[in-house]
Amino acid sequence: MANTEPAQLRPDRSFQDLILVLQQYWAAYGCVLLQPYDIEVGAGTFHPATTLRSLGPKPWNAAFVQPSRRPTDGRYGENPNRLQHYYQFQVILKPSPPDIQDLYLRSLYAIGIDPKNHDIRFVEDDWESPTLGAWGLGWEVWCDGMEVSQFTYFQQVGGYDCAPVSGELTYGLERLAMYCQGVDNVYNLNFNGREGENKVTYGDVFLQAEREYSRHNFEYADTGRLLQHFRDAEAECKALLEAGDRGETSHHECVLPAYDQCIKASHIFNLLDARGVISVTERQAYILRVRDLAKACCGAWLQTEAGEAR
Amino acid sequence: MSDLLLELFSEEIPAGMQARAGDDLQRLVTDALKNAGLDFKEARNFAGPRRLTLVVNGLPEKSPDISEERKGPRVGSPDKAIEGFLRGAGLSSIDQAEVVSDEKKGDFYVARIEKPGRATPDILSEVIADIIRQFPWPKSQRWGSGTLRWVRPLHSILCLFGGKLVGVEVDGIESGNETRGHRFMAPQTFTVNDFADYEKRLREAYVILDSKERQDLIFEGAQEAAKAAGLELVEDPALLAENAGLVEWPAVLSGTFDEAFLDVPPEVIITAIKKHQKCFSLRDGKSGQLANTFILVSNLIAEDGGKEIVSGNERVIRARLSDAKFFWDQDRKARLEERLPELEGVIFHEKLGTQAERVERLKKLARDVAPLVGADPDMSARAAALCKADLVSDMVVEFPDLQGLMGRYYALDQDEDAAVAAAIEAHYRPQGPNDAVPTEPVSVAVALADKLDTLVGFWAIDEKPTGSKDPYALRRAALGLIRIVLENRLRLPIRRIVRAELAFQISRKYALDALEPFGALHDLIDIENFDIDYWAKIFRDAFGQASSEFEEEFSQRFPLALEDLVGFFHDRLKVYLRDRGARHDLIDAVISDDADDLLMIVARVEALGRFLSTDDGTNLLAGIKRAQNILRIEEKKDGRTFHGLPDETLFEQDEERTLAAAVAEASGAASSAIGQEDFEAAMAVMAKLRGPVDAFFDHVTVNADDPALRENRLKLLNRIREATYSVADFSKIEG
Repeated sequence: MANTEPAQLRPDRSFQDLILVLQQYWAAYGCVLLQPYDIEVGAGTFHPATTLRSLGPKPWNAAFVQPSRRPTDGRYGENPNRLQHYYQFQVILKPSPPDIQDLYLRSLYAIGIDPKNHDIRFVEDDWESPTLGAWGLGWEVWCDGMEVSQFTYFQQVGGYDCAPVSGELTYGLERLAMYCQGVDNVYNLNFNGREGENKVTYGDVFLQAEREYSRHNFEYADTGRLLQHFRDAEAECKALLEAGDRGETSHHECVLPAYDQCIKASHIFNLLDARGVISVTERQAYILRVRDLAKACCGAWLQTEAGEAR
Repeated sequence: MSDLLLELFSEEIPAGMQARAGDDLQRLVTDALKNAGLDFKEARNFAGPRRLTLVVNGLPEKSPDISEERKGPRVGSPDKAIEGFLRGAGLSSIDQAEVVSDEKKGDFYVARIEKPGRATPDILSEVIADIIRQFPWPKSQRWGSGTLRWVRPLHSILCLFGGKLVGVEVDGIESGNETRGHRFMAPQTFTVNDFADYEKRLREAYVILDSKERQDLIFEGAQEAAKAAGLELVEDPALLAENAGLVEWPAVLSGTFDEAFLDVPPEVIITAIKKHQKCFSLRDGKSGQLANTFILVSNLIAEDGGKEIVSGNERVIRARLSDAKFFWDQDRKARLEERLPELEGVIFHEKLGTQAERVERLKKLARDVAPLVGADPDMSARAAALCKADLVSDMVVEFPDLQGLMGRYYALDQDEDAAVAAAIEAHYRPQGPNDAVPTEPVSVAVALADKLDTLVGFWAIDEKPTGSKDPYALRRAALGLIRIVLENRLRLPIRRIVRAELAFQISRKYALDALEPFGALHDLIDIENFDIDYWAKIFRDAFGQASSEFEEEFSQRFPLALEDLVGFFHDRLKVYLRDRGARHDLIDAVISDDADDLLMIVARVEALGRFLSTDDGTNLLAGIKRAQNILRIEEKKDGRTFHGLPDETLFEQDEERTLAAAVAEASGAASSAIGQEDFEAAMAVMAKLRGPVDAFFDHVTVNADDPALRENRLKLLNRIREATYSVADFSKIEG
């Protein structure tokens, strides 16, 4: 197995080294190494580099870290495993190469997980995102009984068939780092790999944020304003899609800004959900409203230069 | 004779789909071979995480030649007919057909079509490629730039016939004679010659082909590990099968967790480590107490002996059990009744409202049913009130399988009566044909209420099972109810209960804005003396509802739905009794549309069956059938029926008088015996008719020349038929 791990990086001792090794590994494969998207999203899949780029015929290989926000998972910093803000490392390979499983396994090897001593398993886990109108088949990948990644072959996004099919790999970075470092509490992760007084832990970086955002998500966020923001984002998304529409035969001129509003609406919905102001029946209706936006954006994307066959 | 070896090698196939896929592959290939005229000795299939394998032994080298004779038109037929015949038979000129002479039909053409057999490999190439393209996976996907669908990406096809490669090409994948071993321990490709070679080479490459063997190895390994720890395995066949579908080379290891977790109920621990981690639990063989040791199945002989694997799994299990313990501690901080408001947020069904509404109905229904099953009404209502509360506990949200069970634990924890706690768990039972039915009266009352409410509700909104579709498991609910009634020997006036509840549920959608007074109305319903017109009136009064839709529901849909639901119970009862060996014709003979009491139906079927197995029974049946046949024919002939008492003054023969007297006596006695539910006595009364009936048919001519005499005798026969109706409809009995 190819070992792309440079000598100075220690993914078993440092959270950032884990990220760096994965970045190096996938950069070496030829992926475009992107930076996180600058809007709150619930998962790396919402990054336009995944959602939109997985549509249309053009090849696309990218890797990036994406902070993911799950407002309802906030635990005020008191749960050792659950965070309302965490990092995913996302790899999108389109079309999915025939050796994608081996590529993935070699990336585990690169971060120090040797399949000669670790039990690595591909366990059925079909993926569906109701808000994106997307689904795929794949697995959760287990390492010694722990889920370390999600592995999905995209079949549809925004209601459109993915052809060619993208392979999406999502590494849960905190969990993977906890495994590599042998740590049971996420806040005890060594972030920078130093020891002694120079050591910075995950808790040093994020504990205060987890507490503050938990208060925000569950208590302080103004639901009236959020509801208004949701309506605004929804309206803006539709308006932009309409403004950029030049008819079936011409390129759409304003998809990416419209899609930004779609993911904003999605995040605001998640916040409203955490605030407990959305009833069971309304919930479905909100999800459908976001999905309609996502579908419209995906449809428009297929009429852009990056999304279409030309 | 040669053998076929086919292997479809892919990325990891979901464990739950493997066995079915193996069987489907075998069925599809062997059916296609048979259709092509290829017989074989034996076929076997194997399914595992990365491969489906099929072996077919004893196939011929080619399919048989077929010679077919096709008859054509007569010689001298019009050109059109001749042309059509030539086209159909694949002939280019009429000279190629033979002329056959027939004495009656004259000379006509016959084409002899010779179809030579095809080489088996040619057939295989075709059928296998087709089967792969159209394989019936429950879910399938595309990958890369291809268009083929498979459960997960298909990588290679190994296809050998008699050791020689059979060419199969599907979406760019070409068959070969190569396969691969274990993903990590022997990833290299290797070639194989035949099945024996294949199986042996795979084993050397750390792949055990047969899932049964993998299961056995896991089971034995788990037993050994348990024994080594002085413990006993908590057996779980489904978990065993699942594990066998996740590994090609099972290696059984064991780990431990902190004893402090054993404070949590054992079912929770077993479920937590099974659902999330697919691990087995162990217990103390003597005390039955759960142990803090678990068994895990890995897919690897690790270089370090499994140290890392065990410690990794221990860590995950520790986190899982921490969660479970947290839920257990948290959940017990709130009493079950405090959770009830949360049920208002849990939709039972869009058109049937929330679980909170359902609980209100169950309370009333359980209380009503309680006296009928010997249960305390207050306790039954209490158990019904709490029976769904655990659905919103953290534990059940995390592990839905633990519904009911957690309710029982939480009820005991808050010092509910043991019967109430037991009912909270048992009210879901029986969950399948092999699950035990509840027997404790309070449990029985709530279990019946739960099933009745479900069935009535779905009938009220007209969401009944159709064909193979039964998304709400209503057949199972009805069968469950039937089993509870019969196995507990309960007398339950199903029709009466269903009637009142159905009226209530059908009204529901007309009172949606006023649920609270509507709930109060429910309490007014008296199952014993339910009057549909009165209900409609108070409903109208309460809600000012006089819409034509409402009136139509009550005058038209309600009676139909009621008959349909009662009929559904009867149908399910028939299925249940038939499965237990009862004769379907006897069931039909005793079930009338208005039959209300399931237990009595069964008692009658049994009594009737015993009677018919006696000499008297068989002969009487023959006599009654004879009477019925004669009546049917004569009624049809005359276009009238022969109701009414026969005129005694017209009796000419003693046999007539004897029979008339016997029928009169039997009719009264049978009705009174039936009234007292003494079916044996009713049958004994019937038995007395045998002699007079036989004598009548032996000596009396029914179709006498004198019309008055004939009519009188037919009336006498009709009396026999009527007298026996109270016992059974003998016309439905076969034989």
